Amino acid sequence: MKHIRNFSIIAHIDHGKSTLADRLIQYTGMVDERNFQDQILDNMDIERERGITIKSQAISLPYRARDGKDYFLNLIDTPGHVDFSYEVSRALASCEGVLLLIDAAQGVQAQTLANLYLAMENNLEIIPVINKIDLLTANVERVIEQIDSELGLDSFSHLKCSAKEGIGIEDILEAIVQRIPPPKGDPEAPLAALIFDAKYDSFRGTVIHCRVFDGTVQSGDIIRFVSNGATYKVDEVGGFSLSRVKREKLSAGEVGYIIAGVKTVSDVHIGDTITLDQNPVDKLLPGFKEFKPVVFSSIYPIASDDYEDLAVALEKYKLNDAAFVYQKDSSSALGQGFRCGFLGLLHLDIVQERLEREYDLSIILSVPSVCYRFTSKDGSVLMIDNPAHYPDPVSIEKTEEPFIRAALMMPEKYLGAVMKLCMEKRGVNSKLNYLSPGRVELIYEMPLAEVLFDFYDRFKSVTQGYGSFDYEVMDYREGDLVLLDILVNGEKVDALSQIVHRDHARERGLQACERLKEEIPRQAFKVAIQGAIGGQIIARTTIQPFRKDVTAKCYGGDITRKRKLLEKQKRGKKRMKMIGSVTIPQSAFLAVLKSDID
Amino acid sequence: MDTRIAGLYIHIPFCLGKCNYCSFYSTPSLSSIPDFLEALPQEIERNHNQWGPFDTVYMGGGTPSALTLKQLESILTPVQKNFALLPDAEITLEANPGDLDLPLLNGLQGIGINRLNVGIQSFDQKTLDFLGRRHSVGQAVSAIESSRMAGFRNIGFDLIYGIPGQDLDSWHETLNQALNFSPEHLSCYQLTVEDKTPLGQRYRKGEFQLPTEELQHTFFMKTSEWLEEAGYLHYEVSNFAKSLPFTSRHNQKYWNHTPYLGLGPAAHSFKDGKRWWNHSSLNQYLIDLEKGELPIEKRETLTTEQLQLEALFLGLRTRRGISIRDFTRQFHFDLLSERKEIISKLQQEGFLSIQNGCLIPTRAGLAVADSLALI
Repeated sequence: MKHIRNFSIIAHIDHGKSTLADRLIQYTGMVDERNFQDQILDNMDIERERGITIKSQAISLPYRARDGKDYFLNLIDTPGHVDFSYEVSRALASCEGVLLLIDAAQGVQAQTLANLYLAMENNLEIIPVINKIDLLTANVERVIEQIDSELGLDSFSHLKCSAKEGIGIEDILEAIVQRIPPPKGDPEAPLAALIFDAKYDSFRGTVIHCRVFDGTVQSGDIIRFVSNGATYKVDEVGGFSLSRVKREKLSAGEVGYIIAGVKTVSDVHIGDTITLDQNPVDKLLPGFKEFKPVVFSSIYPIASDDYEDLAVALEKYKLNDAAFVYQKDSSSALGQGFRCGFLGLLHLDIVQERLEREYDLSIILSVPSVCYRFTSKDGSVLMIDNPAHYPDPVSIEKTEEPFIRAALMMPEKYLGAVMKLCMEKRGVNSKLNYLSPGRVELIYEMPLAEVLFDFYDRFKSVTQGYGSFDYEVMDYREGDLVLLDILVNGEKVDALSQIVHRDHARERGLQACERLKEEIPRQAFKVAIQGAIGGQIIARTTIQPFRKDVTAKCYGGDITRKRKLLEKQKRGKKRMKMIGSVTIPQSAFLAVLKSDID
Repeated sequence: MDTRIAGLYIHIPFCLGKCNYCSFYSTPSLSSIPDFLEALPQEIERNHNQWGPFDTVYMGGGTPSALTLKQLESILTPVQKNFALLPDAEITLEANPGDLDLPLLNGLQGIGINRLNVGIQSFDQKTLDFLGRRHSVGQAVSAIESSRMAGFRNIGFDLIYGIPGQDLDSWHETLNQALNFSPEHLSCYQLTVEDKTPLGQRYRKGEFQLPTEELQHTFFMKTSEWLEEAGYLHYEVSNFAKSLPFTSRHNQKYWNHTPYLGLGPAAHSFKDGKRWWNHSSLNQYLIDLEKGELPIEKRETLTTEQLQLEALFLGLRTRRGISIRDFTRQFHFDLLSERKEIISKLQQEGFLSIQNGCLIPTRAGLAVADSLALI
């Protein structure tokens, strides 16, 4: 155990986490230059394209330190987006230390702080690393000052590197060996292993990624999940190199995987504790939480014939995404589909993209919603995450919506604009902290719905990209909420409905109508788009018809050419849904929530 | 097998020069005419087993009237020898007004041409200049008069509208002048700017602007209105006939999937769900036939889905529309029930009507026929 170090890299998005991980892997000789594919740990296409890590990964790096001894440095990579903060926290709980990566040009950002707090909660050794020192815009002195004033860390403890240029890598590896304590634990004690990730392998079933705190596990053992008592027989255990490496056993202090015939990743709860059925621990390791989706949307196939295919795709997709939940749903406008829960809008985006890309489906997502709590006059309580199921207004005694605590950091000069935005988004109980000269942290309590929808882009815009943002869900609070319906040529489209605050209803209705006007292509006839509350129309726009589109000549040769053009248009139409007599593109449903201030 | 009587198209790929807007295949090398005239009968012979009878022959181009009477005759002779032509076959020659003098016209009558389609385009000299036509208004008038004198009783004019700067009045004026000659047939094409034409290049450089969609719509609707008031049938998007017998028998084959054989460079053929076309190169055409091969560039077999789409967009270009029973029988797709909502909306909005079991576009429907096909 003395020669093991378990660590993670935490950073604000784009501060270079994946690049540093790649560099560490490369330096310790795990891959040669020739086979090196940038951002090895981000192995899904979407991750590489978006430059974010969605799921965590682990890898064991062999390293001969300057003291001449051989170490195993277990790097546990963490997802880099607020939607996945629970996964981050479990990954961190599996470590003894972290590299806190800070961009030399951007300095400390909201997620730098949020991640630092997570690391502190887990009593981890924190090594601040200033990255991108090669940039012309780098301001290393300022970052050193921030490490002291904003993070409250010893500013002499920092390291400097350029992951991109490969500068300072060895010093980082040495610091991991010297400063991060080796794991503690008793290999002879009852097994207690923390699950920090799970991956689906089509040949082996679910591969559980875990950190063993106490005890030992090997193939043939019967393991038990402490949270629900389910038991499984272990087929294989092992560690991580660039791929899985089978080992005889996993013992206290080690990071590795267990394969035990678990059918889907949904049977595994990240944060759960694995013990042995024979000699169990009775308590969960601290920090276990059930996944709680916060954003809900319904997925419908564009062609109703594809419903079965969609059902199969969701089932397969779910195998590898424990945070994704779904159940059957139907819409009067869109037919049969599924109501789905997501960790956030990014998660929703990723699910949509993967379903389309990996399963070749054309789907429509209804306007996303949070989960509201309705108390009826008879005292019964309804949790409703689908505006289409909005209860009869007459029966409602009280309506509550989820609130969050948002932490916003920015240079002081943007403070006014951000406060204005937060107030517009119904923020209350603001608190202001001066972090360092010129930099502030603003805390607001805000309705989750307001923040999820069209907040992030506008916040980035008013702070010209210098602001950063993090949030946690707090509680439910009463609000004067109403159902905003959208009618297209007089027909209500339930998938476009949203629940909004009464004071903003007119404005939101108009905004939705305007966005739809931009998204819905002109048709042969006039299309009226209306926003309505109850029976009352509160907003309206009109899409003028096109008048002339026919080609003048169409003889022999032109027929093939013309058909090809129409076939292309027809394919485009496959990504659109006929609702009544109006063709509505997929993009329209998500666009409804966006304002035109971008 | 399609038992309907097929049509024959012959592409005569020679022009003295190209008009600014034209994207059809032609070559100015008139010295190759004898080679072409030698090759064409070989193509005819290679097809004679599979084709016939025909009840239409259409000589288009290019400029068929750039050929001498003798040369035209040398085309029709092998046609008549190799294929069965029905006695009342419609035999059309496309002609440039500048080429039509009385002796030629008399000769054309003599070799069996019974329909002329004259590229008048406009009775406004400025418009002719913009289009890069090589004939004048005066030549157009005398060509028409000579044609009548020579005894042609089935004459069609090609006209173009929607030209940059053209207003509704000047187009109306051209139409009225055309009507003065009581043509049996009128094709009124809205100017389409094709990419690979001199006009297309000028358009890309921003040298002129095309009429707005609204104005195009007005041109289209007014053209239809005026000509129907004058007693013409608006039987296809761009085509008008003085009465039913004067609709272009040949062109209608293109719109209802009747078989047709295309001969000459760039000509297209269609039969039994297959379409194929010749090389758009006189050289390649000559080389292939020299080698004893058909000069075909490409063949396609249409899928049912493609045939269905074509049947829709072609049918909806015509005032005859789509026979719902035939469509259902052919494609096992009942438009009325499968597309009930959108069809009833389009009926309500005045784009479609249902008469005698046919789905028929209205005048406003013809203007947006391309998107009607995507219902």
